[in-house]
Amino acid sequence: MSQSTGTGGGIAGQSESDREQMDRHGGVHDLAPGDEPASGEEVASGVRGYLVGLALAAALTVASFVTANGSFVWGPAIPAAIVVLAVAQMGVHLVFFIHITTSPDNVNNVLALAFGVLICILVIGGSLWIMYNLNTNMLPMQMPGMPGGTGN
Amino acid sequence: MSATVAFAGPDAPSGRPPRSVHGDPYQIGRGGGDDTPGHGAGGPAPKRIVVGYGFWIYLLSDIIMFAAFFAAYAVLSGATAGGPTGREIFDQRNVAIETALLLTSSFTCGLASLSAEGRRSSWFYLAMAATFVLGAGFLALELREFAELIERGAGPQRSAFLSAFFALVGLHGLHVSVGLLWLLTMMAQVAAKGYRADIMRRLLCWSLFWHALDIIWVGVFSVVYLIGATT
Repeated sequence: MSQSTGTGGGIAGQSESDREQMDRHGGVHDLAPGDEPASGEEVASGVRGYLVGLALAAALTVASFVTANGSFVWGPAIPAAIVVLAVAQMGVHLVFFIHITTSPDNVNNVLALAFGVLICILVIGGSLWIMYNLNTNMLPMQMPGMPGGTGN
Repeated sequence: MSATVAFAGPDAPSGRPPRSVHGDPYQIGRGGGDDTPGHGAGGPAPKRIVVGYGFWIYLLSDIIMFAAFFAAYAVLSGATAGGPTGREIFDQRNVAIETALLLTSSFTCGLASLSAEGRRSSWFYLAMAATFVLGAGFLALELREFAELIERGAGPQRSAFLSAFFALVGLHGLHVSVGLLWLLTMMAQVAAKGYRADIMRRLLCWSLFWHALDIIWVGVFSVVYLIGATT
């Protein structure tokens, strides 16, 4: 990665782009989210990764639809089963499409993701919790001129 | 198409004047040597990592915004105000086709990224075009569903449930529309400027955006359509 190639001071765009890709093999720096570690020349292995992701995601999607419509999951547990399958599919997308890994050069991306997930859980879970409490603890409201509970 | 492909070959005209590549023209961070060992050493990260990480942060904040819409939908999904419930209005076949289209478009988006990295122009344009067609098909199905619902009097003003439904699913559809426009501009930029480093960074951001949309759609079809149809 010496600066001696090209025309003295500056590097033309093409070689800059190549250099940024070569950085992925070096290991000094982190990986950008979405970049695969050392995918480089091997397009075939990259395609294989996306194919595996596509197959896994499709299988989980089919499982979700079958679970929702079929009868081999106990009725009241169906929503939980669908949520589990959805989380699994999101994980498949993150690993095979966005290439989030556990390697050290991905720690920054994983930490940012973990913080985002934490906030999402707080927002969704907290909203549901608070609104459930409000609903159960509030007196039933009867507005004049409206049939019970059917709002505005 | 073939003319543009020929034009956008990897050996772009090199008559461009040399320019600063780092935003660090005096090499303060790198000091000439790239091979400093150890994490955090070796100067500022390459721009691709900085740009990609920044866009990753943006995507996570976008997902947090979606989380608020998901929370609103989850809270309001029972507030049908005497109007139609989810079970009555959701067409699972339609949703299954939409899901298949978006998942396949995520796959072709990945192929487009790989082709761009391998500088295989015809594959790149083919994959991008396929991604556009699949995304546009998804959008068309969603708009048709919205139009049918509004026609049946199940528009967003009918009940809090439908307001939340149209807000959440419509927001996702809006993101898909933006992603499609962005896709077209990326094809145009590659055609006009070739695989320059800055173009490759934009391509990275776009592909992250498109994959993130598919992740959000997993949440939408699971929480809104499937759970909404069973309960």
